Amino acid sequence: MKIVVTVKQVPDPNSNLTLEGDNSISREKEAVLDPGDECGVEEGLQLKEAHGGEVILVSMGPERAKDAIRKGLSMGADRAVLVSDAQLAGADALLTARVLAAAIKQEEPDLVICATESYDGSTGMVPPMLAELLGFPQLTFAKKVEVDGSMVKIHRQTADGYQIVEALTPALITVTAAIAEPRYASLKGIMAARSKEIKQIAFGDLGVEKTEPAETIEGVVDAETRKAGEVIEDDGTAVDKIVRVLAAAKVL
Amino acid sequence: MAAILVYAELSEGKLASTSLELMAKARELGDVYAIALGSGAKTAAATLGKHGAKVVHVNEDTAYDDYIAEPATEAVASLYEKEKPDVILFGFTTDSREVAGRLAARLGVGLIANASDLAAQDGGFVAKVPYFGGSKVASMRANGKPAIVLVRPKSFEASESGGTAELKQLDASVADASKRAHIAERVAEASEKVKLEDARIVISGGRGMGGPQNFPLLEDLASALGAAVGASRAVVDAGWVPYSMQVGQTGKSVRPGVYIAVGISGAMQHTVGMKTSKVIIAINKDAEAPIMKMADLGVVGDALKIVPALTAAVKAKKHG
Ligand SMILES: Cc1cc2nc3c(=O)[nH]c(=O)nc-3n(C[C@H](O)[C@H](O)[C@H](O)COP(=O)(O)OP(=O)(O)OC[C@H]3O[C@@H](n4cnc5c(N)ncnc54)[C@H](O)[C@@H]3O)c2cc1C
Ligand SMILES: Nc1ncnc2c1ncn2[C@@H]1O[C@H](COP(=O)(O)O)[C@@H](O)[C@H]1O
Repeated sequence: MKIVVTVKQVPDPNSNLTLEGDNSISREKEAVLDPGDECGVEEGLQLKEAHGGEVILVSMGPERAKDAIRKGLSMGADRAVLVSDAQLAGADALLTARVLAAAIKQEEPDLVICATESYDGSTGMVPPMLAELLGFPQLTFAKKVEVDGSMVKIHRQTADGYQIVEALTPALITVTAAIAEPRYASLKGIMAARSKEIKQIAFGDLGVEKTEPAETIEGVVDAETRKAGEVIEDDGTAVDKIVRVLAAAKVL
Repeated sequence: MAAILVYAELSEGKLASTSLELMAKARELGDVYAIALGSGAKTAAATLGKHGAKVVHVNEDTAYDDYIAEPATEAVASLYEKEKPDVILFGFTTDSREVAGRLAARLGVGLIANASDLAAQDGGFVAKVPYFGGSKVASMRANGKPAIVLVRPKSFEASESGGTAELKQLDASVADASKRAHIAERVAEASEKVKLEDARIVISGGRGMGGPQNFPLLEDLASALGAAVGASRAVVDAGWVPYSMQVGQTGKSVRPGVYIAVGISGAMQHTVGMKTSKVIIAINKDAEAPIMKMADLGVVGDALKIVPALTAAVKAKKHG
């Protein structure tokens, strides 16, 4: 089975983000493989271990996204494709999906695995767009994936439980953080990753038209913040105080 | 007048409350019509009419219930070709965003996701979008034609405006090619007693609860108050409670009369999902936790002691 896992480099969620002058999120901060995509890589590797095949990482990002890709390769992915081009800085979800779709088509995968949403963008719009552009069905919000021949079956997380969703390959799935605990790269894996191929493709070689971005940012303001109220130490009277607030709000 | 199409989300025959919130905003923006697909579409259309839809395009084919995104995408795309609305509004929910994403890619236009507001401005549409963990709000002009905008649940208050929608049968039959990702089975887990989104009081627990074994303390308080129990992502990721309880950027948005945050630090990604609550009470042993800076009442202390005492006090007050 040929499995493509999309991987994105994001600012480290454990570091404090900063904004650039133009209000874009600074990419200077230490960057990591998106933790959600790490779960995607893990799931891809587990499927390969169970069914054989190949795991290919596909990413769009600046040159240094290679660091994030190496992380996935050291976990055990076989090889990678990076589309990198200055023209793609600030690409919106549709352009990103078009680029990824063009790169992925060249691989003719059976399965594409994305995270439900990325850590920095976190709108989760790329995967459904990608599925549409590839002409694949989408099996989303998976917390469990089973493959049986050409049938993929997932447990799709819903607001009050889950659904069992099935489709034939080729298909795109999105995985939640609950799917699998990402493995640590072994020293051997890290060494092996150094010699694995990262094929680099320029935007111009994909035959994708550069589209107008979906939006123009006209201004940015600080979000309204609530004013702090009263802060009290629990000296034994706190419970009474809470009860009074509940009563004043007419919920008690 | 601009033409606004609202994608009414139905789940197992029930209209999502977010769809009615969208109607309230859509009425301000122009002439509103809606599309409702799957079983229950006609009943939903009546409700949508009361909320201001002039026309509702319906199709009750169960393929819309049973297959993910593709049948609905096909239907909205074909309606778009006929009616050419200026704006297509979706809720920023799991099910709707999948349709919106496919639709945008099919029509070849971009979209604006995660919006908290939308206004007509200078002949176009400008959305407000929280970003940077919710600490900033950007004004984004939609360049797409149509403008596809996905709005966070609880951004607007639903209200009836009176009226009846004209029902129009959408006579597109669902192509077999769209019947692919098949929902074969639906499994309900621990049914929530009170729905988070609709609760008057929400009590959410975070890592400060110490472990899943202590969540029953919140359940007890919730049943005494008639409240729903929510959670931070940290405890959902840790597997203490199911995802259905998560409040925040990647979970649910709630807007109750009272929100009680227990052992939750108040990260921006959490507060973006609850900061429009009318009253916020925080219980945290750290007086410097960010949640304390936005709470109407912040109690510095041990949640494991305060919560049971509060439950007892609430019960006493109700019975006394
Ligand atoms: C892209 C992205 C999306 C995210 N989406 C969400 C989301 O939807 N929802 C969400 O909640 N988070 C989300 N997060 C995570 C968020 O940033 C925080 O990590 C998370 O909310 C922290 O959870 P917490 O407050 O329970 O844990 P912590 O931050 O660890 O806070 C625990 C708190 O408990 C207090 N405490 C400890 N012991 C006690 C005690 N005995 N009594 C009282 N208080 C005590 C501590 O003082 C502390 O303030 C997201 C993050 C990212 C990057
Ligand atoms: N530039 C990118 N390169 C590779 N994968 C991406 C990129 N952008 C988004 N994705 C994939 O789509 C998922 C959801 O991203 P988003 O739609 O931005 O929330 C990510 O976790 C990735 O798996």
